[in-house]
Amino acid sequence: MALQDKYAELLQTATTLGIANLASTEQEGVLHVSGTANSTADYDALWALYAKIDPNMASGDLMMNIDIKADAGAQLKVTTDSTNLNIRSTPSTEGEIIGKAAHDEVVTLVEKTDDSWWKIKTADGEEGYAYAQYLSPL
Amino acid sequence: MKLTKLLMVVVVSATMLFVSCKPKDADIKTAVEKALAADPSMTGTTIDVKDGIVTMGGECKDDACKAGCEKIVAGVKGVKSVVNNCTITPPPPPPPASLTTVLDEATQQKVKDGLKDIAGVTVEFVGDKAVLKGAVTQANRMKIMQMLASAKVLSDVTGLTEKK
Repeated sequence: MALQDKYAELLQTATTLGIANLASTEQEGVLHVSGTANSTADYDALWALYAKIDPNMASGDLMMNIDIKADAGAQLKVTTDSTNLNIRSTPSTEGEIIGKAAHDEVVTLVEKTDDSWWKIKTADGEEGYAYAQYLSPL
Repeated sequence: MKLTKLLMVVVVSATMLFVSCKPKDADIKTAVEKALAADPSMTGTTIDVKDGIVTMGGECKDDACKAGCEKIVAGVKGVKSVVNNCTITPPPPPPPASLTTVLDEATQQKVKDGLKDIAGVTVEFVGDKAVLKGAVTQANRMKIMQMLASAKVLSDVTGLTEKK
């Protein structure tokens, strides 16, 4: 239960924020936490707490698999550093680049294909797969 | 004449007594409990019977279960009506999926894809972990950790240093 104690503040905050389907299990020295945040702000708040509790997040003792609630049709903001986000024909970097979404552009979620790749549609009608890491639900 | 009157009173009251007492609440309760016991999904319900009115309490896992319970109870002989006070307790969420994730080729590719735009970081896969090395900004360190978590990959990031 040591890790539950170490990350007690984080788990408590997750409960307070109303993270849906919140579950946590400790296994082989790693605390696995999963659930769905209601907003990008809640998600960011939890990650900031993680960084505060475990400086540099270097202990490797927390697997915080939290996603952000986004249904098909949700608006997503492109959160690349400054570059364009590639839109590909298949959910992989092997996929042909069939379009691009600019930094800060808002696109529409078509489906969450998997944890890493989401199918999106731009305002211009370009539709394809983009890396989910660079998409934040609004 | 007097005798006839008395007899009538006896007959009438006996009839009333007979009607009002059958079936008895206790018997109804037993019958209801027996009916519910036949359905394994109906556990933890409490039954209270008064004048043929059954009050149900306890927990059901969903609406269908609650309605199902009520239907069974309403069908028991002697039950006049059912007051369904059952509360619905949703099942606990499934355990975190990351518990069982394996670091297969597709997962490794996700990690590589996620690191593509972060310069100066290398990744090696050792056992069930992604071992990362390189110098990163605090913002990129956060991005890397979030990317690893969404790919459900355990990591060793002790080799990541702070980029000045």
